[in-house]
Amino acid sequence: METLGDRKYAKTDEWVKVEGKNGRIGISDYAQDQLSDIVFIEFLKEPGEQVNQGEIFATIESVKAAADVNSPISGTVKEINESLMDTPELLNSNPFDKAWMGVIELNDEKELESLMDAGEYDSFCESR
Amino acid sequence: MYIPHTDIERQQMLDVIGVKTLEELFRDVPEEYRNPNLNLPVGQSEMEVLDQMRLLAEANNSTDDLISFLGAGAYDHFVPSAVDMLLKRGDFFSAYTPYQPEISQGTLQAIFEYQTLISNLTGMEISNASHYDGATAAAETAITAYYHFKKKRKTVVVSPFIHPDYIQVLRTYLQAIEDIQILIPDVNSPDEFLDVTPNYLNDDTALLLFQYPDFLGNLYDYTTLIEQLHQAGGLAASIVYPQVLGIMKSPAAMDADFIVGEAQSLGLPLNFGGPYIGFFTTKKEFIRKISGRIVGETIDADNKRGYVLTLTAREQHIRREKATSNICTNQGLNALAVAIYLSLLGKTGMNDVSTICYQKAHYLATQISSLKGFSIVNKAPFFNEFVIECPLDAADVNKRMAGIGILAGFDLSQFDVNRKNQLLIAVTEKSTRESMDYYVNALQEVLNA
Repeated sequence: METLGDRKYAKTDEWVKVEGKNGRIGISDYAQDQLSDIVFIEFLKEPGEQVNQGEIFATIESVKAAADVNSPISGTVKEINESLMDTPELLNSNPFDKAWMGVIELNDEKELESLMDAGEYDSFCESR
Repeated sequence: MYIPHTDIERQQMLDVIGVKTLEELFRDVPEEYRNPNLNLPVGQSEMEVLDQMRLLAEANNSTDDLISFLGAGAYDHFVPSAVDMLLKRGDFFSAYTPYQPEISQGTLQAIFEYQTLISNLTGMEISNASHYDGATAAAETAITAYYHFKKKRKTVVVSPFIHPDYIQVLRTYLQAIEDIQILIPDVNSPDEFLDVTPNYLNDDTALLLFQYPDFLGNLYDYTTLIEQLHQAGGLAASIVYPQVLGIMKSPAAMDADFIVGEAQSLGLPLNFGGPYIGFFTTKKEFIRKISGRIVGETIDADNKRGYVLTLTAREQHIRREKATSNICTNQGLNALAVAIYLSLLGKTGMNDVSTICYQKAHYLATQISSLKGFSIVNKAPFFNEFVIECPLDAADVNKRMAGIGILAGFDLSQFDVNRKNQLLIAVTEKSTRESMDYYVNALQEVLNA
């Protein structure tokens, strides 16, 4: 399992990578591994909409489960990665890069403090 | 009485939860309620009970004893003997829901064939494994549309000419979803419904629900209305009486997004009102949005064909409290009956049955309309069901006909006080020329009396 140090993690297994005033979000390697083969994604937010920290951003379905993807940060949705709708398997093969889910303009950078860094997230996953 | 637990096992369970005796376990129940006197008659032998049940059963009149022109959502079609024969095979009859594909291939394949046949009949790409009945299948289209639009479109426009019971079930299903609105255009006739409804379609419309033929038997072409609905961004759902599809245009050809209905008429007897079976079909693009389950065909590790439950991700056993549908089950045995019935009839058989129903109904309508004082209410074409206007209360007609062994039809005043002289009459292939002539003569006599 891989955890990248350049981003922060939520307890519900999403990551956010800060890029200037925006945050790019996605799901962790741990999350995709737990879900197994992901076959479907539906975005519940569109560019231009507001999303709150912890609010459902998308739902994903694997061959054995369905899960909500919560936004790890609050802000305005700038982009969603529509290519995932045709190739949801990217969430399994490349969760940190090609399978980014959205770009959100941060409302409040302080929210990032409530998230875990890579080390903390690794210990959190081990404890489960 | 068979109680599977031994005394030792019961004592072990009591020990685990920390009470000494069974009496102690029930101490919170007030003493006078613990073993109430149930005031039951003395025990009877099996022979006596069977006698008693037979007497009770004989007090019922079934359509085998009467001449029936009752329809209104449940139809007395002929069921070939092979349906019941195959249905009662123990392998099917006692099978549990097929969660374990490795021991459920027979049931799964039967449902898969059912889905294929229903898809072929309706002309739709996707059929689920079935619902409880037509009304619940119809209600699921509203829920599907609402969640498809991510709760952003909140209005379900419903034709006032769908089965009134279906509207009740729809209200019951939707009451748990707070912000969804049911809008029934205030119109007096199906023609007016087609004219006025476009004014109600806008960016809040999630679904338009109509029935084909409508509750009064009318066949309308909804193509233009659906086009206008799609322009407004909403989805179209048609409740369909499946027999009509043997000879008439399917709402699939009108670009309906969902076709649902009651499949009791495809191989199930009236069963005194249930169990029935709802069919639910849609376009491929909504396959991940629909309720219920779908059986899919696949290959196993040895490259052999096999069947599994699939695409159940909206259901409560996977999504828990976030489920958008709570109907995980289907009518497995009834789906099998439908599959056997449709296989027996085939394309030409289905066409034959529909043609016979159509022709017989039009014969009866012609005969009744030639009676002085009676007229046909339908202005549009109809299939096998139509409304007559009687010269006296429909309830009266029904009562007098029942006296001579005829179920004359459905008294429409039960749902609409303005229709107190109107009877909804259904004809199937089981209605004979003799029974129809007998009925017409009886109506004539009612008039003369």
